[in-house]
Amino acid sequence: MTITFRNETFRDDFTFRNSLTNIRRFPFPFDRDEYMYSVNMEPHIRGKADSVFENLIDVDEHYVAEMQDRAMVLKEDPLRCQALPHMMAAQWDVLELLMEHQAQDYPEHFTLTKNGDRWRWINRPMGIDDTFTFGDPSTLPYPPMEYITRQAQGDFCIVDQRDNNLWMDAGMVTTQADWSLDFDIGMNFMEWHGPVPLAHQIGVFDRALKFLLNLQQGKPTRRLNWTMTVNPRLDTSPENYHKWGPDRMTVTPENVGEKMHLRVELQSLWRLPRSNAILFVIRCYLISLEELVTVPKWARRLPRVLKSLPPEIVDYKGLTRNRPIMIDWLAKYDDGAATSAGIYPD
Amino acid sequence: MLVQGIKSRPEYKGLDIDPHAKRHLFVLEGEGAAALTDQVEVKGKDFLARSEILYLAAGAAPKAYDAMLSALSPDVFWQAPTLQPLLFRLRACLEQARMGTRLYIAGTEGFIGQIMQVALEFGIDFNSIHTEHRGSTARRVQCVHCKGITDNVTTSPFACTHCGLPLLVRDHYSRRLGAFQGVNIDAEEPGTAPAPEEMFP
Repeated sequence: MTITFRNETFRDDFTFRNSLTNIRRFPFPFDRDEYMYSVNMEPHIRGKADSVFENLIDVDEHYVAEMQDRAMVLKEDPLRCQALPHMMAAQWDVLELLMEHQAQDYPEHFTLTKNGDRWRWINRPMGIDDTFTFGDPSTLPYPPMEYITRQAQGDFCIVDQRDNNLWMDAGMVTTQADWSLDFDIGMNFMEWHGPVPLAHQIGVFDRALKFLLNLQQGKPTRRLNWTMTVNPRLDTSPENYHKWGPDRMTVTPENVGEKMHLRVELQSLWRLPRSNAILFVIRCYLISLEELVTVPKWARRLPRVLKSLPPEIVDYKGLTRNRPIMIDWLAKYDDGAATSAGIYPD
Repeated sequence: MLVQGIKSRPEYKGLDIDPHAKRHLFVLEGEGAAALTDQVEVKGKDFLARSEILYLAAGAAPKAYDAMLSALSPDVFWQAPTLQPLLFRLRACLEQARMGTRLYIAGTEGFIGQIMQVALEFGIDFNSIHTEHRGSTARRVQCVHCKGITDNVTTSPFACTHCGLPLLVRDHYSRRLGAFQGVNIDAEEPGTAPAPEEMFP
C-alpha cells in the first residue's frame, strides 16, 4: 500500500496531525486501567494488519516530516549523533537491518539491490538513489549509522555487549523524552538508567539486563514506554529544555485537548549479526488528547491511568503541573463502563 | 561523605596498594595525599621504591602534604603548580608506562574524574584504577544546554559559568565527561529559580 506522506511540522507552528486511519493504529500503551513499571517485554513479531506491529520497522504517514525535523536538529546540534570508534561493524549491521526491512515491507517506497558488496539503495520519498560498497564508509556521504538513521523513523542506540553488561556506545537521538546521548554515551545499562525512580528498587533493571544479555539474533523483542508532551514536539531533549519547558505553562482547560499529547515509545531490541551488539530502536508516536478520545476505550482508560500514578512517576515524567487539567478534561469521556483487556480499540 | 546510591557515579573504593604491581603511579590532589600516607601505615614502605607520585596541592597547600610525601622517599616525587601541567606530565608517564603498572588516584571527585579521563584515553580499564575520594564534596558539572563545564560547584542550583542559566545539579554522572549533569531549573517559568543551597561542601 502506498503511504501518503503528510507535509507537517513538529516545532514552531506545530502542524502535525494524525489522519483518522493513523489514530486507530496508534500504539496505546495501557493494557489495563492502571500503570506501574514492569519488564513488559514481548517478542517483536508481526502483529495485526493496520497496526504499528504489522511491520517490524514501521514506516507511517509522518516519515518525511520526521526526517526533515531530524535534519534540522542535527544542524543545530551535531552531538545528537555519535559513535565510539569500536562501533563501526555494528554501524554496518544497523544499515543492513534497516535497509532490508524497509525495502522488504515497503517496496513501493524503498529498493535495495545487492551485487556482492556493491549495494544500490533507493529511497523514493526522500529522493535518494545511492550506490556504495558495503563495509567501506568512504563510499557513503555519512558514516553508515548516520546515513541510514537519517532515513528511518525513531531514535537508534547501538549497545555493545561486554563484561556481562550493555554499553551505550553509539546512537542517533533526536526525538528523545528528555535524556542526553552526549551525556550518556559510554555508560553501561545501570548507569544510563540511573535517574529513573522506583524501577531499580523493584529489580526491573536487573531482570531486564539479564534478559537482554541473552537476546538472540533473529528474535527481536519489544516493549512500550510512554510520557506526555505539550505540543507535538519530537525534540524534547534536555539540551533544549530551556526552549520547550515554557510550553508546559501554556496548557489551559480550553486548549488541553489540542495541546497535550500522549507520547509513546515503541522500543524494539535486535541482536546484530557481525558485531554481537544490540540495536535499540526507540520509535516515538504522538497523539493529541482530542485525537485519542475518538477511540472510546482509550478515552475511558487514560484518565483512570493518570489518576493511579505514583507521585514519583508523575514527577519523573514531568506531569506534575498539568495532570489535574488533563484528568478534568478527560473525565467527561469516562462513563465508568468496564474496559476490555489489551491495548487495541474495541 | 559523598551522597550514596547514585547509579552512574563510580565507586571510589580506596587506594588499596596492589602487592603484585611492578610499578605504582599515584596521582594525588590536596587531601588525597593522606590517602597514600594512610596506606603506608597499613602496608609498610616497601612499595615506595617502585612508586611515582604526581601531586597537586591545590587548596591543601598550607598543610604541607608535599613535604610529607617527599619524605616518604618514593622513586619519583613530582609536584605540579596547577592541574594543566599535571595532566601534561601524566600523559608523559602513561606514554612510557609498562605492563604491570597500577594507577591510583586520590582527591576531590572533579580531580579523580579528570585524571580518569586521561587514563581512559590511554585505554586503561576504569575497573583497574584504584581511587579514593578525599577533601571537598564539590562537584564538577556539565551544563546540558551549552556543554560548558563548571568546576567546584558546592550549591544547587548554581549559575552556569558559561551561559548563565541557573542549573539544578542532577545525581547523574558521566565518566566520559568526568562531570555531573546540570539542567536548567526554571525552564518552565524563567525567573523562578530557588535560592542556591549549599549541597556539596
